[in-house]
Amino acid sequence: MSLFYFQIISAALFSLGVYGVLARRNAVLILLAIELMLNAVSINFVAAAAFLDPQNFMGQVAALFVIALAAAEIGLALAIILRLHRYRSSVNIEEINLLKG
Amino acid sequence: MIEIIVLIILGGLCLGGGLGVVASRNVAYATICLLIALLAVAGIYVMLLSEFLALVQVLIYGGAVTIVLLFALMLTRAHELEGRQDNRQRPIAICVSLLIFAAISFATYTNEQASATDRVSAPLKTLGTELFSSWLIPFEITGLILLIVLLGVVIITHKEKI
Repeated sequence: MSLFYFQIISAALFSLGVYGVLARRNAVLILLAIELMLNAVSINFVAAAAFLDPQNFMGQVAALFVIALAAAEIGLALAIILRLHRYRSSVNIEEINLLKG
Repeated sequence: MIEIIVLIILGGLCLGGGLGVVASRNVAYATICLLIALLAVAGIYVMLLSEFLALVQVLIYGGAVTIVLLFALMLTRAHELEGRQDNRQRPIAICVSLLIFAAISFATYTNEQASATDRVSAPLKTLGTELFSSWLIPFEITGLILLIVLLGVVIITHKEKI
């Protein structure tokens, strides 16, 4: 078992998240894809710290912060989506173009 | 050897869940697939000897985030979009994500490989001491951000018009 496997899993998960963000049109599904990307980054942090510098817990601490900020982000994003749904009756991001010039 | 098998199973669950998230047409199924992927990530944390992180992952992602997402799906009636959840950028999105995967994999492959022999488990006490000594200010700022987000969510979802 080496660092390579973990990094490949992380890269694949991140790519899936990128695809989800780019290709979906439902705002909630885009949020799910963002969660995938955040988890991929966390795996990378923890794996790199565990293999390259085992005495230092920086990777785990960084992953803890990622989890806390992801929880904050998802709460705020869902509040914005609920507000949007109340006014536009839609969560389709193709219809949300108020700022389009 | 058994570690490799467990890692392949966990990675398969993780990537299968991720594939379900980005490919499923039903939003509720996509959320359940996300739950599977996040629990597999918790298993990967256990394999990396980070038990506390796995516990936090199961508690916060498996317990809180998934439930909140299901509530949001219920409140926004997202199933009205059922049948076509992808937009026109889909071919470009496939190309971009494959390119990113190829780039990261190539960069990882050409690097020197670290062996698995020298991993140590982090005792919870050490982790807590580390968190509350050298990471104290980021920790407090995270708490402040959570408080601000709580207030912001209440204000944003308030009934009155702005």
